[in-house]
Amino acid sequence: NVKLMWRFMSRESCHSVAPHCSNQMKILASVPQFCNSPTMIVMVGLPARGKTYISKKLTRYLNWIGVPTKMFNVGQYRREAVKIYKNFEFFKPDNEEAMRIRKACAAAALKDVTAYFTKEQGQVAVFDATNTTRERRAIIISFAKEKGYKVFFVESICDDPEIIAENIRQVKFGSPDYVDRDIDEAMEDFIQRIDCYRASYMPIDDERDRKLSYIKIFDVGNRYLVNQVQDHIQSRIVYYLMNIHVTPRSIYLSRHGESELNLLGRIGGDSGLSPRGQKYANALATFIKGQNIRDLKVWTSHMKRTIQTAEALGVQYEQWKALNEIDAGVCEEMTYEEIQENYPEEFALRDQDKYRYRYPKGESYEDLVHRLEPVIMELERQENVLVICHQAIMRCLLAYFLDKPADELPYLRCPLHTVLKLTPIAYGCKVESFFLNIEAVNTHRERPVNVDINRNPEEALQTVPDHI
Amino acid sequence: VTDNNKETAESKIWSFSVSPFLSVCMTNCPTLIVTVGLPARGKTYISKKLTRYLNWIGVPTKEFNVGQYRRECLKIYKSFEFFRPDNEEGLKIRRQCAMAALNDVRQYLSVEGGQVAVFDATNTTRERRGTIIKFAEQNGFKVFFVESVCEDPDVIAQNIVQVKLGSPDYIHCNTEEAIEDFMKRIKCYESSYQPLDEVLDRDLSYIKIMDVGRRYLVNRVLDHIQSRIVYYLMNIHITPRSIYLCRHGESDLNIKGRIGGDSGLSARGTEFAKSLRKFIQDQNIKDLKVWTSQMKRTIQTAECLGVPYEQWKSLNEIDAGVCEEMMYEEIQEHYPLEFALRDQDKYRYRYPKGESYEDLVQRLEPVIMELERQENILVVCHQAVMRCLLAYFLDKTADELPYLKCPLHTVLKLTPMAYGCKVESVYLGVDAVNTHRDRPEVRIPGCTQKCLSAEDVDIMNPHKGCDITYIDTSTSILTPSLISFLSLSGSRHGRHHAVFFFFSCLLVSQLCRNWSPIFRITQLWGQITGSLKDKPLKFRAKTKLRL
Repeated sequence: NVKLMWRFMSRESCHSVAPHCSNQMKILASVPQFCNSPTMIVMVGLPARGKTYISKKLTRYLNWIGVPTKMFNVGQYRREAVKIYKNFEFFKPDNEEAMRIRKACAAAALKDVTAYFTKEQGQVAVFDATNTTRERRAIIISFAKEKGYKVFFVESICDDPEIIAENIRQVKFGSPDYVDRDIDEAMEDFIQRIDCYRASYMPIDDERDRKLSYIKIFDVGNRYLVNQVQDHIQSRIVYYLMNIHVTPRSIYLSRHGESELNLLGRIGGDSGLSPRGQKYANALATFIKGQNIRDLKVWTSHMKRTIQTAEALGVQYEQWKALNEIDAGVCEEMTYEEIQENYPEEFALRDQDKYRYRYPKGESYEDLVHRLEPVIMELERQENVLVICHQAIMRCLLAYFLDKPADELPYLRCPLHTVLKLTPIAYGCKVESFFLNIEAVNTHRERPVNVDINRNPEEALQTVPDHI
Repeated sequence: VTDNNKETAESKIWSFSVSPFLSVCMTNCPTLIVTVGLPARGKTYISKKLTRYLNWIGVPTKEFNVGQYRRECLKIYKSFEFFRPDNEEGLKIRRQCAMAALNDVRQYLSVEGGQVAVFDATNTTRERRGTIIKFAEQNGFKVFFVESVCEDPDVIAQNIVQVKLGSPDYIHCNTEEAIEDFMKRIKCYESSYQPLDEVLDRDLSYIKIMDVGRRYLVNRVLDHIQSRIVYYLMNIHITPRSIYLCRHGESDLNIKGRIGGDSGLSARGTEFAKSLRKFIQDQNIKDLKVWTSQMKRTIQTAECLGVPYEQWKSLNEIDAGVCEEMMYEEIQEHYPLEFALRDQDKYRYRYPKGESYEDLVQRLEPVIMELERQENILVVCHQAVMRCLLAYFLDKTADELPYLKCPLHTVLKLTPMAYGCKVESVYLGVDAVNTHRDRPEVRIPGCTQKCLSAEDVDIMNPHKGCDITYIDTSTSILTPSLISFLSLSGSRHGRHHAVFFFFSCLLVSQLCRNWSPIFRITQLWGQITGSLKDKPLKFRAKTKLRL
């Protein structure tokens, strides 16, 4: 069946990055290559400069846009080697024993980096350690050169004592190293730990290191120095790092109020709100006022139901076409039962790989992520934002903030009439869920047990939620 | 822009998209970009490129080159002596020119609705920059400095050769004279040059570009537009290269005159793909990258090249929504209002459940960014997409963009040079249909437009004997009613009917301002009375009527 084969080939080509998949290249080249050789991102900086924060965030972002990335935190390796952390003396430059252990940990981490690139098809590895001496960086550079990996340094420089203290408070106290200490003890120990590094700290030098590729971040983003960006992925990384900030703020995610088509169990379309949906819009307005948010920005899509929801808030809002619901192509405005009846094969294929499956003449979740990337970039720049969007969109945005992988993303629960408040803290995101007490249909369809093309209709429709 | 929010969701505003950038970029105050640097450091190159990019993504931007003002003031440039730091007269004139330019900036940003102004001058002294900052503060503009620092003598020499020798200043000099004079001109600035200082200027927003992009220093990026500008500046380069743009080979739907869809190549299209392969091989291009969309016709074209290629969904043809796979006549028939709206503002018009050219520009922006990073590249795409890309490289306005000529089987080779782009058009000698539809001349609100000229349709339809209706408004008023009159005038009763029918046609057409009901009515009438039995209406303007 030529048609099916063609569709299969186009679907294959949806895969975002597959640099090592040479057999796929023979059928069809994959979508734009972000990098041909694997890239190592190497963090540089004294303790409490935000290296791990940046590493985790960058890893989360790159994975979300489809670049397989993994973080390697050398401190973790050290904790596994040493088991119990006594005090800062471990980090004293004259502690031979400790030096040996630390060097071994770094080597072990590099070994795992190689395994990640060669065996696990990884594309980017973030090497999170202080890497404060030229000697250590030279080891990494020659390691990478030998293996054919590109290296990009990210150095964080900060001398503002308040920022450093805040850092320590937010993340170090919760660290396994300080589990049994009281706050003042921990603070004092950590400051002495920093001092151990300070004497031997050699920042990346603008003259001597002019051939290296790096970005220096000064004072949490006040200033950047960027040197020798080699390729697309490094350019994207620089752009991302220049847009993130650490100012406290909250992001509110919500779907539109219940729509007419929701009630009928139909997907897609551009219908208006049902009466209950309208009630939700009013409840949302009350909720938002109650939250007393400073300078809240409100974003909607271009579809009626989100706009009608935002109208009830009585504040200015911006419309993004990129926030429109996933285009279900030929299945627009159908019920699941109708899709099963008219396109049983498509229905089954979707259940097999809901993330990559593209509706005929429509989109896939993967396409959604691609079109939401500018939204995410702008969300990073903003402070308090309320995004009124749709089920598939909200799943993609949530997956970004909560670091959910591609196979979980299409099954995240985003019920109607519920607001999610995300507050970035420490290395992650705190989530609070507010159901605004207005009944609505359930639109969540779990993955059925049988996803075979030849399954019977009952098996396919097993998990379809109720509707009129 | 945010006034749209006040409209109800039911309104027809969805036919026209809103500049996506403006809806994000909620900068209330306009931005003044100020270049800084010695002569021949690429300031004007950057200014022009940045202006072109910002206008393309929908941010109204204009550049103000102080050198231009000086040329208008002085008329004749004698020598570098004008720029000597001790030339009082010269300094006075230069200050005046800068003030005149700033006045025009104020006019553009505060009165004419511009969003970004690029102030292109050396601005090498702290004093001059202080004046500009004060001016901006007084008028409520944000300031962002772009400094270009370069000490590589090869780069500077290359600069001078590429752009200075052709400048109006040196029209009457020979090459050596010009170079010598220009080097002395640079010297005049060097002694008083105060680069942006990391400490003294730490409160300013700026980017320092060092050695043509090897290194950047970015300070205090304040908002979205500055962030985008920085990202753009960090992705452009000046390595010589060429960009090849072409459409897929002729497709089956092209031949049928249908828009959109996802058909494969026709026989001639495949021939084009083979010719393209030969053309590319003959061009002998170093490290050529090939990009296509994810639609069959571009992929099939690239397959013939026998080299690896990358597929971008962003390069897919414009989504015509409900009009997908229709012929223009069918769109005219089923969606006459939409068809007219599209001709009124083809750039912003969005097909129902589809896209507008403006949406295309937004989805092509990452492609442009990546094109800037690349070197030699061939992009195999589609008509609307190619128009958008071409408009970016050739600095065409939104008005002109949807009417740029991008014929099938023609490769455009774009080579950036000096401040612009050299274009070479190569037709590969394989015939194809013409898919270009010009801007209609007559624009009557509410009336259906002239659909296609007969020639266009003739070319599109190699099967001349088949059933198609051409609509040509110049003859459409009279012919159907005339036909019915003639056909019915045989009988006495018929004559009365015919006259009645003739006038009711005119009345109906006036009421609904739409000629197509006439055809329907005529057709129906003709079929009822048997005079046009089994013969659907066919007119060919300029050829004889067939009944």
